[in-house]
Amino acid sequence: MVEVVTVVARKLRLGLGSLLGDLPGAARKLAIAGTVIVGVIIAMAVFAPLIAPYDPTKMVDSPLLPPSAKHLLGTDMLGRDMFSRIVYGGRIVLWVVALATALSAAIGIPLGLLSGYHGGKTDRALSMVMDAIYAFPSLILAIALAAVLGPSPVNAAIAISVVYIPTYFRMVRGQVLQIKATPFIESARALGIPASRIMTRHILPHLLPTIMVVFSLSAADAVLTEAALSFLGLAVRPPTPDWGFDLYAAKGFIQSAPWLIMGPGVMITLLALGLALIGEGLGEKVRRTIG
Amino acid sequence: MNTVLRVEGLTVHYYTLRGVVRAVEDASLEAGKGELVALVGESGCGKSTLGYSLLKLVPPPGRIVKGRVLVEDKDIVSLSGEALRRARGELVSIVFQDPFTTLDPVRTIGDQLAEVMTEHGVGEEEARARVGELLESVGLPRELAKRYPHQLSGGQRQRVAIAAAIALDPRVLVADEPTTALDVIVQKQIMDLIDDIRRRTGMAVILITHDIALAAERADKIAIMYAGKIVEYGPKSLVLRNPLHPYTRALIASVPDIDSDKWPEPIPGYPPDLRRPPPGCRFAPRCPRAMPVCKEKEPPRIRVADRIVSCWLYRGG
Amino acid sequence: MGLARYVAVRGALIIPSVLILYTIAFIILRILPGNPILAVLGTKNIPPEQLRALEHQLGLDKPLYVQYFDYLWRALHGDFGQSLVIRGRPIAADLASRLPATIELAVAGLFVSLVLGLGTGLVAGLRRDTKIDTAMRIYGALTYTLFIPWLGLMFQLVFSVWLHWLPVSGRIDPRVHLRTITGLYLLDSLLTGNWAAFKSALAHIVLPALTLGIVLSGPYTRLLRNNLAVVLDSNFILAYRAHGVREKRITWHAFRNAIIPVVTYAGLQFALLLGGAVLTETTFDWPGVGTYLVEKIQYRDYPAIQAVILVFALIVGLISLIVDIIYAYLDPRIRY
Repeated sequence: MVEVVTVVARKLRLGLGSLLGDLPGAARKLAIAGTVIVGVIIAMAVFAPLIAPYDPTKMVDSPLLPPSAKHLLGTDMLGRDMFSRIVYGGRIVLWVVALATALSAAIGIPLGLLSGYHGGKTDRALSMVMDAIYAFPSLILAIALAAVLGPSPVNAAIAISVVYIPTYFRMVRGQVLQIKATPFIESARALGIPASRIMTRHILPHLLPTIMVVFSLSAADAVLTEAALSFLGLAVRPPTPDWGFDLYAAKGFIQSAPWLIMGPGVMITLLALGLALIGEGLGEKVRRTIG
Repeated sequence: MNTVLRVEGLTVHYYTLRGVVRAVEDASLEAGKGELVALVGESGCGKSTLGYSLLKLVPPPGRIVKGRVLVEDKDIVSLSGEALRRARGELVSIVFQDPFTTLDPVRTIGDQLAEVMTEHGVGEEEARARVGELLESVGLPRELAKRYPHQLSGGQRQRVAIAAAIALDPRVLVADEPTTALDVIVQKQIMDLIDDIRRRTGMAVILITHDIALAAERADKIAIMYAGKIVEYGPKSLVLRNPLHPYTRALIASVPDIDSDKWPEPIPGYPPDLRRPPPGCRFAPRCPRAMPVCKEKEPPRIRVADRIVSCWLYRGG
Repeated sequence: MGLARYVAVRGALIIPSVLILYTIAFIILRILPGNPILAVLGTKNIPPEQLRALEHQLGLDKPLYVQYFDYLWRALHGDFGQSLVIRGRPIAADLASRLPATIELAVAGLFVSLVLGLGTGLVAGLRRDTKIDTAMRIYGALTYTLFIPWLGLMFQLVFSVWLHWLPVSGRIDPRVHLRTITGLYLLDSLLTGNWAAFKSALAHIVLPALTLGIVLSGPYTRLLRNNLAVVLDSNFILAYRAHGVREKRITWHAFRNAIIPVVTYAGLQFALLLGGAVLTETTFDWPGVGTYLVEKIQYRDYPAIQAVILVFALIVGLISLIVDIIYAYLDPRIRY
């Protein structure tokens, strides 16, 4: 067990090392820190049954107990162990964020490619729609969607993904427009290479670095959006543990049990921070390679 | 007194992360009232650095290490703080190369010109009044004061830059490649303007250029720079018709001549890395007449008739 | 083109985006949830005639496209329909009472974020490549990862619960009587000379504004710092120095140049500001449109939700118009 972890860790470090190799000292340290943070949280979620001492949905002790050796983060208002809830809560957050980001990328990127490449009226109409959504407060739209769909992790993921589709669309479309005008794309068309091939083989590879950056940064954002939805009761149904929801629950007990806000709050920010650091690091790397 | 500017032994180094760049080494020259001294040399020879140091405007990590810049007996190098600020504009002034980036894009021409004066103690009203006169003196209509830089052509913007430079009637004007970014016709206009101003006011002009032809046209005196050193310096006609220093000779030979049958001759080799200048004369590695001593010791300034040459060939004067 | 024409042309561009968002909202809220009445009542045990009567009363039995234009037409005349839940209660009245609270919070948050962001950006830009610069840049890059409710709760914990310096929630001490003119408590208390109300309103807005402001300040730091770096390197700054202009004035000119893109960015960020405001309102029980929206969601009051989205779309459109106008004013290159 320990060997597996060490091997995986070493492989990750090597891969990361080559990826982040030429970043200057401070930037590199921050990017690595980000990766470590996210890695630890993922590991915590994956190995939740092994780490959490109690069932997070069951009452195991008196409510509102302060942190102790028995309950590292105390117990909540229903007598459930907070530490276990935090550990398991990560699962929901990661699942929703992963699904949402994957969905918005899966829809936004191809749409951006097609729209940017083919242009014309469809492109203009689609761009207008995407711009309108992009300009609108994302949280409010997500709230409206999640409210209509009903509280469940999948619905929350769908709501969040809708909000980020324009981000991918605009970024990809913008780059496609730039690349489309370059001589080597023109020559590809002159050679009669079909459009789909041009897009996948010739244009898409150039977008990958920027896509990765947008990926991490929008994932960081998605964490905060998920937490917000959860905070407003739109992401999970009790008794499922979720950080945002637990934070809202703790709000009412801020005077009697202030420690309850620390667990969920810190974790949300930590995960968002980790993803943001990775995104910043990748962004710096892209800037140096291309810029 | 006829000498307006006297530069003595000016040495400027850049202390970069990759080493100390000895950009200007022991440079000396003089300019009299209304004189135009052309500072000629190829890119990277240090002429711009020398020009900037006449206002103590060398950007960090550059520093004036040694020497004096005397304008009417005041040593610019020794000034700092408020005194230096006042000297810039009142004693020495500068016109930069690129007229498209040397004016503030969000303020009107009039505002910028007026500010040059008000920052030097001129009253607001008087400054505004003088803006109109200034514009006229550089051949621009008064109404231009209300416009923004992007509404002017390159030539007009350069005239504005000149107006700003002469607003306080300085004794010395440094013109750093003032016409390189402009077309030939405008070039003549600008240079005519500068000539007109120096004749009217007795202002001395240090013209920095890589264009020998321009120097040949306009200069009274020419100083040839190579790798941070002034290798030859004297009246224009002498320097150009009878060049003493091998570099000067090579430089003249490299200029295409429409009347001549001969091809221009490039100078073989490259200028030295000024972080590690060669021992002795800096031109020695490329010099067709190099002697053993050239590779060992730096040649001193040697007076030959009305000129100053830094070359061992003229040992003994 | 002159400023007036620019405004007119630019203003017309708001219409498409507002319509798009209205359409999206309509689709989401009318088509997706099935029968809205059933959703509100939460039960399927209504006799069909009663259901049909209710539907007819609320105009829900008309074809969808009729409902679409109907609502839009009435909204343009200020009638945002009636609450589905609290029968007969006009939504417009609710919005009118709640909107000033949100605006006040948003403006206060914007103010704080500008002060913090531009302040740190200025310091970082002037002390480029020093440790201070790095510290400021880290601040700028990471403040947005702070979860607003958590930051808000932490502030409440420290300043209200522990130190008792500031109130925990709400907009004003309920014991203070304030005559409202605009609905903006800070302004109204000044206009009516009510010092006690002003102090109370101020004390209540400090923590929410600080929370919102800190989280949104980051991008300004980076933006100003980078722009300042570019501007300070540019030739006209060197020219100013060569003409003997004082350093302080040069910094001011550099700032004026560097700040232009910041204005545009502030406009783009307004959407984030509104979203953040919603979250801040929920955290501090601030009676604005945000908490209104959350309430209505819990009660499945779809017309109200639709109205909120429409209003927000209008606000965002207006703000971006104002920003473009300010930008045209600041940068003469755009105008001429």
